[in-house]
Amino acid sequence: MSIVIQGGRLIDPKNNVDMITDIAIENGEILAIGSLPQNFKPTQIIDASNKLVLPGVIDLCARLREPGEEQTATIASETKAAASGGITRLVCQPDTWPVIDTPAMANMIRDRADASGYAQVHPLGALTVGLLGEKLTDMAMLTEAGCVGVSNALNAVESTLVMRRALQYASTYDIPVFLAPQDPWLTGNGVVHEGEVSTRLGLPAIPEAAETVGVARDIAVIETSGARAHINLLSCGRSVTMVAEARSHGLAVTASVAIHQLIFCESDIGAFNTLFKVVPPLRERTDKEALLDAVRDQVVTVICSDHQPHGDDVKLAPFSEAAAGISGLETLLPLTLGLAEQGHFSMQDAIAALTWHPADIIGIDAGHLSVGATADVCVFDPALDWTLTVDEMESRGKNTPLMGQKMKGRATHTILAGELIFSRSN
Amino acid sequence: MARISPDQLRSLPPDSAIQFDSQGHLRHFLTISGVPREALTQILDTAESFMTFGEREIKKVPLLRGKTVVNLFFEASTRTRTTFELAAKRLSADVINMNAARMSTSKGETILDTVRTLEAMHTDLFVVRDSASGASHLIARHLPEYVRVINAGDGRHAHPTQAMLDMFTIRQKKGGFEGLKVAIIGDILHSRVARSQIHALATLGVDEIRVIGPRTLIPTEIESMGVTVTSNMSEGLRDIDVVMMLRLQRERMDGQLVPSEQEYFSQYGLTEEKLQVADTKAIVMHPGPINRGLEIASSVADGDRSVILSQVTNGIAVRMSIMATLMGGTEAVR
Repeated sequence: MSIVIQGGRLIDPKNNVDMITDIAIENGEILAIGSLPQNFKPTQIIDASNKLVLPGVIDLCARLREPGEEQTATIASETKAAASGGITRLVCQPDTWPVIDTPAMANMIRDRADASGYAQVHPLGALTVGLLGEKLTDMAMLTEAGCVGVSNALNAVESTLVMRRALQYASTYDIPVFLAPQDPWLTGNGVVHEGEVSTRLGLPAIPEAAETVGVARDIAVIETSGARAHINLLSCGRSVTMVAEARSHGLAVTASVAIHQLIFCESDIGAFNTLFKVVPPLRERTDKEALLDAVRDQVVTVICSDHQPHGDDVKLAPFSEAAAGISGLETLLPLTLGLAEQGHFSMQDAIAALTWHPADIIGIDAGHLSVGATADVCVFDPALDWTLTVDEMESRGKNTPLMGQKMKGRATHTILAGELIFSRSN
Repeated sequence: MARISPDQLRSLPPDSAIQFDSQGHLRHFLTISGVPREALTQILDTAESFMTFGEREIKKVPLLRGKTVVNLFFEASTRTRTTFELAAKRLSADVINMNAARMSTSKGETILDTVRTLEAMHTDLFVVRDSASGASHLIARHLPEYVRVINAGDGRHAHPTQAMLDMFTIRQKKGGFEGLKVAIIGDILHSRVARSQIHALATLGVDEIRVIGPRTLIPTEIESMGVTVTSNMSEGLRDIDVVMMLRLQRERMDGQLVPSEQEYFSQYGLTEEKLQVADTKAIVMHPGPINRGLEIASSVADGDRSVILSQVTNGIAVRMSIMATLMGGTEAVR
C-alpha cells in the first residue's frame, strides 16, 4: 500500500515541524515529506486540507479486558476503538486474568492484537509474580517477549524492600518501571477524594497523602536504584511539585496524567454519579489546575486515556461498590487538543504528550514523522463537530460521563505501519 | 404541600434535586439537604396532627388505604423498621417487610434487581436502608416516576427521617428553633444521622451548630456544612440548649480511631458533671440504641433532661407525616 496525504498541517513535535505539506508513505515507512519523488504512484490519496497530520497517538495506559473479561471487551473491540480515536499503539497493564507475568502471556496478547489488525498492543509485564508484591517476575524474559516495561498495575507493593529490589533488578536491563504510587493503608476502602464532597456524600475517602506518601517513597527508592521510572496517573498538585523537584535533580523519572484528571474534579461526582468514579480519584479544582500547569511546564510529559471499559451493570451500583474507570480511547485526542486550543498548554506540547514522549518512555522508535520512520499517522479534523453517543462509540465500554455531549475535532484516518487501519467518511 | 420555585429547583445541591418532581413537589425523601424550611415545617406540622392518633382507641387513618409499602432493609434495624411499619399501618397501607441480604459485588442479584422485582408487584412506596451511601438515590433514579422512595439510612450519607423526628422533638420541647445552640457529639465521620441533623438544623435556622469529637471522628471540611468544630466538651457544651449524642459503634473501637472505651468516656461521655456548663433547661437526645457508659452515663440517659423516649414516640408520627406528604395525602388531614 502506498498513500499520499495532501495539504494537511503536519505537526511533529519531535522534529519541531509545523507546516502545511504533503507526506508520502510506502512499504510501511514515511517515504518523503514536502516534495515527493516523481515516480511515486500512490494507491490511495487522502485529502487533508484544513486537517492536522499527526504522528499516531501512543496511549500509555489502557485496559482491554482480554484475557479474563472477554464478556466486557476484547483486544479486537478495544484496538478498533483505539484506531477510530487516532491511536496507533497502546500499552496495556498486566492486571489481566491471568496476570501478564510470563512470556507466554505477553506473546499471546501480542498475537491476538496482531490478528485483529487494528492498533498495536505493547504489554507491560508484571513487576511481581501475580502482582502480589512478593516475588520478582522474570523481567528480562518478559522484555524479550515484547513487554515494554514492568508494572504492578494498581496493586500496591507494600514492602519497600521488594520495591527497591524490583527497581534495582529492572535497572540491570534498563527496563522502564511503571509505578502507581498510592499508599495502601491511607487509601483503605476509600472511593473519593477526602474533601468537601466526601464529607457531604458520606463516602469513604482517600486523602491526598495517600498519593504524596506513595510518591515520596517511590522517589526515594528510585534514587537509590538507578531505575528508569514512570509514575503513572498523578492526581494531586502536590505530587507534581515532588516530581518536578526529583526531575530537577536529574532523576530519571517521568510522569503521566489521565485525560479525565485534566477535565473533571471531585465536584463533578454530583449525586453519586458512578461514571466519575476513577482510581486515583478526581481531586480538587486546584489539583486539576496544577496538573494542567504541569503539562504546560513539562513536568508531566504524557497524557493517557486510562481507558477502562465496563458493562453497564457494574456501574449500576452504589458508588462505593461500582467499578472504577472511564472508557476513554475515543475522546483522548479531541479532549487533549481541545485543552491546547483553550490555551492550557501549547499544541506542540499536547501532541508531544500523546506521541513521542510516550514512545520515548517505552523505548520504541515511534511517535514522530521522520523520513524513513515507521508510518504511524493520524489525520485529525479539528473542525468536525460530533456528539458522543452509544452508537458512535466503537469501544464495548460505553461508560463515559461525556456521553451525549458535543465534541469538537475527530480523527478521520489512522495509519499503522503504512496500512490504513481506520478511516471515517465525511 | 409547599412547592419549591423553578429557581430553587435549579440551585439545589446535586444529591437533593432528584427528590423533587418537575413541578417542585417533594416526591422522594432522601436527604434534608436542599429541602426548604417551609417544607420541613409543614412535615412537622402534619406530624403534630398525627400525634394524637396513637392515643386513640382506633389508631388508623385511611390516607394510604390500598397502597403498598415495602420496607426494604439491606442492613439490620429494629427500631427504625418497626416505627416505619407502624406508621404505614396507621395510615392503612399494606406493608411488606423485607430484610434482604445482598451481594456487594456485581455478581448475584444486584440491589436494582431486587427493587425492580418488588416494583413489578406494584409497590407504591419503598422505605430503603442500605450500608452504602447513595443506595436510595440509585434506587430512586431507576424506578418509574410514580414510585416513591424514603431513605431510612444510606451508609454514612443521610438519615433524613431520624433528623426530622429529632427536629420534631426539639420543637416540641423548646417551642422552636430560633436562638438555639445545638451540639452534636461523637462519631460524626461515620454518622448519617449527624449529616442529616446538620442540614435540618441549619435549614430550620438555629443560632449555632457545634460538633464535638476527637479529630479521628470529625470528617474533613465539615465546616463547609455550617458548623463549628471543637474537641473540648466543656467548651462545646457551654450555654448549649440541645445536646444531640451519637451512637459510637463498638466495631469502631479497634484502637485506631479511639484508644479505648475508658478514654472515650472520660473525654466525650456525657455526664451530669459535663452538663453543668450547659443551659439549665438543656435537653439531651440520642437516636438509639444507647451504649450506656460509653457515650452517655445512665444517669443522664434516664435523667430529667433526657428526651430519648419522646424521640421514639415521635418517630411514628413524623414518619406517618413524611409518607403522607410524598403520597399526596396531607390535605385530607387538615
